[in-house]
Amino acid sequence: MIASKKEEPIIEVKHLSKQYSIGMDTTYKTLSESLTSAVRHPLKTLKDCRRQNDTFWALKDVNFKVERGEVVGVIGRNGAGKSTLLKILSRITYPTEGEITMRGRVGSLLEVGTGFHPELTGRENIYFNGSILGMKKREIDEKFDEIVKFSGVEKFLDTPVKRYSSGMQVRLAFSVAAHLEPEILLVDEVLAVGDAAFQKKCLGKMGEVAKEGRTVLFVSHQIDMIKSLCRNCMLLSEGNIISIGEVNEVVDQYMNPIFYGNDNVSFNVRENKNIDLQILEGRVISKSEEICGIFDVFDIVKLEITYVVQKPLIGSVVNFEIRRNGSLVALSFDTDLNNSILELRNPGIYHCIITLPHPLFKPGHYTITFNTGIINSTTFQRLEEIICFEIQLLSQPSSLLSYADKRPGIIALPVPWEVKNISGV
Amino acid sequence: MTEHATDYELVIRPKYGLLDINWQELKEYRELLFFLALREIKIRYKQTIIGASWALLQPFFTMIVFTLIFSRLAQMPSDGVPYPIFSYSGLLLWIYFSNALSQSSNSLVDNATLLSKVYMPRIFIPTAPCLSGLVDYGIAMSILAVMMVYYHFMPGITILLLPLIVFMTFLLASGIGYWLSSICVKYRDVKFALPFFIQLLLFVSPVIYPANIVGENLQWLLYLNPMTGLIGAHRACLLGHIPVEFVGLAISAVLTITIFVSGILYLKSTEKYFADLV
Repeated sequence: MIASKKEEPIIEVKHLSKQYSIGMDTTYKTLSESLTSAVRHPLKTLKDCRRQNDTFWALKDVNFKVERGEVVGVIGRNGAGKSTLLKILSRITYPTEGEITMRGRVGSLLEVGTGFHPELTGRENIYFNGSILGMKKREIDEKFDEIVKFSGVEKFLDTPVKRYSSGMQVRLAFSVAAHLEPEILLVDEVLAVGDAAFQKKCLGKMGEVAKEGRTVLFVSHQIDMIKSLCRNCMLLSEGNIISIGEVNEVVDQYMNPIFYGNDNVSFNVRENKNIDLQILEGRVISKSEEICGIFDVFDIVKLEITYVVQKPLIGSVVNFEIRRNGSLVALSFDTDLNNSILELRNPGIYHCIITLPHPLFKPGHYTITFNTGIINSTTFQRLEEIICFEIQLLSQPSSLLSYADKRPGIIALPVPWEVKNISGV
Repeated sequence: MTEHATDYELVIRPKYGLLDINWQELKEYRELLFFLALREIKIRYKQTIIGASWALLQPFFTMIVFTLIFSRLAQMPSDGVPYPIFSYSGLLLWIYFSNALSQSSNSLVDNATLLSKVYMPRIFIPTAPCLSGLVDYGIAMSILAVMMVYYHFMPGITILLLPLIVFMTFLLASGIGYWLSSICVKYRDVKFALPFFIQLLLFVSPVIYPANIVGENLQWLLYLNPMTGLIGAHRACLLGHIPVEFVGLAISAVLTITIFVSGILYLKSTEKYFADLV
């Protein structure tokens, strides 16, 4: 009898859809806000009312099955619907359509340290956090020593958590979560925090979880982490499953620039005269000035943008953030080496080419976020992860190089070593 | 363990049903309610000098101010008992009710991360502050005990009603809390309207004055406020100076249960949006 049950998939998702409405400043409203905005911008308010009917599907007709004991990675760009999927599976929000059957106890870990209170001691927070995650007091009692040992904060157990360093807080919180024992574990991007050593320890713990035969659904931007933990993977884009299957195949598809299309190597923004300094278009180009989405570590990568200034601006900056596999690598201001435009930027249309230093960037998935604004005060425009490109190591055999994808470290820095044999033999 | 676990099956569907209370789950998570209440108690007086003494000082000084103003200056009647003990016996329950109500109503918004990052029975969040407030009520009760000795009051057999009255007040505060906290997730106006509402409610509750100060023909109006019956009965069962007004208590009971049950239903019907809105 049990055997027949075991053949059923542990998670079964059928025609799952989730709709959100976008009148997005309606996240919450006070009466007075509605009134003042109606008085100030009567037209806009009318439009907003009409637009309330605008909706978008965060997930659209998603179907999949997960077998008992599988560890499945979930990847996709920001806004692909990964977190929404996890939130629905963990019953935090409800689907608009569809049905999910889960044949096992579910534990979810969407954030490390939910419910941690800074005034409470480490000991108190372990109990509280554990019970929020669905553990019974008896279970926590049993695992208490193990949790404390794993976190390494033994000495500070009776100190309020607000006196902890942020690293210690994360360690304690993760230790509680790592000792959850549900049959289905849903994990969202939580390992992105903490120092490298602790991350490694957590990965080990997650690996153990998988070996114990529990089912894990794991969302991450860090492809290498997905590769090392999961055998299967699903790729989401715009609320749909693009592909599901063996991890390397799916990851390859994710990394393939064709998957992104031209949308992600160039962009256009409609001009808005109310924005004093606005980027209108941009793209990523190669040495020969062609739009390109994939580069070698030793290739030149250039960014090209056009922006418009509506009125003379003092203290304005244009900047970009560059992220590798989701984590910030660097930030650059256009005023870094050019003080005169910080003092005054005259109206007009500007074109600029940014040549990224090279070789510097390790293989990985890179995104660029552009911002414009007044330094240290206002943001005019933020184009979040508007450009994506890949850097790969194609020109050299990768396995022996220090900056191969799998080696630790975040930048590729071919350093000259002057080596001499001085023994004279 | 595994055999037991294989039987476990959970189906998630879009939520349409109004009455969809999973009792099994509430039972499974009951420890969490206790932990939530315990957390409230533990953090309430952290980083204060006099700590839990605040639970004594608040009703005590209110009683003194009320006595000076309403008894000395306004010559307020007090059912023939000394005004300090009269007002304190009402204040005790009132302060529990108003603190529980205001914390409960803000609880869902204040615990936004609990809504958007973990699953648990949402109903526990506005219930917890009403439970933890009982500790303050217990502490403040000690002053009443001292006053009763001082003024030579001996509670009669009706003291046995006290747990029931306190429990009803708990249900009432939770019930209104369910309504207001759910509304507050969408409309933060509640945050601003609530202190004002509680203040007004004090003046239509017999804390400062006895209920019979209002003429016979208008008294029913006063009893529309469920706290009227509760405060009257609370005072009468403790001091034994007048018989407990059972009709008033019954009216309160009906109103309380109506508010409590409708509150649960309202919270249950809106909770699916909480994580998207908060």
